[in-house]
Amino acid sequence: MQMARVIGDVVASRKDSLLTAVPLLLIQPIGADGQSVGHALVAVDSVGAGAGETVFFVRGKEASFPFHPVDVPTDAGIVGIVDHWHVAAV
Amino acid sequence: MTLGRVVGQVVSTQKRPQFAGATLLLVQPVHPDGTPRGATLLAVDSVGAGVGERVLVVIEGRAASEALGRRAAPVDAAIIGIVDTVTLSDQTSGAA
Repeated sequence: MQMARVIGDVVASRKDSLLTAVPLLLIQPIGADGQSVGHALVAVDSVGAGAGETVFFVRGKEASFPFHPVDVPTDAGIVGIVDHWHVAAV
Repeated sequence: MTLGRVVGQVVSTQKRPQFAGATLLLVQPVHPDGTPRGATLLAVDSVGAGVGERVLVVIEGRAASEALGRRAAPVDAAIIGIVDTVTLSDQTSGAA
């Protein structure tokens, strides 16, 4: 998984029918220092995340598991909202 | 698998049920000589790794789910070992 910040959402009225009623959020992956890492991406959401929140997401087929038995066509899924995180000075 | 160093921990109460009770550790992937490589990632911990320790991370959903011990968990990375030494063919990096 990776941490990310929710920076927006995506609406698509014409889409794969299996994506119906599946929230699509725009997220920006971040590192342990909270800085942006890599490109923003669109992830399905199954934990009710909102804009501005820090979340963590999973990549790959596992991203569709929260929607089982619906085989949602996705490669990234938000699976938790971060309350806080701490980094040790190593 | 990937070599990494545990750099921190994430606390999350609102998450998928399969994560209940699982420890979420922030891991910085490292080269064999210990220098950082790429972005930090988040892994479930199945071996009780502590911050600062060098660890072995599997980055693949099915394997991570098995390490977590829960079928079809929405995970893609798990710490599956704590590294004692890394031996390169010409020198040994046993540094902590």
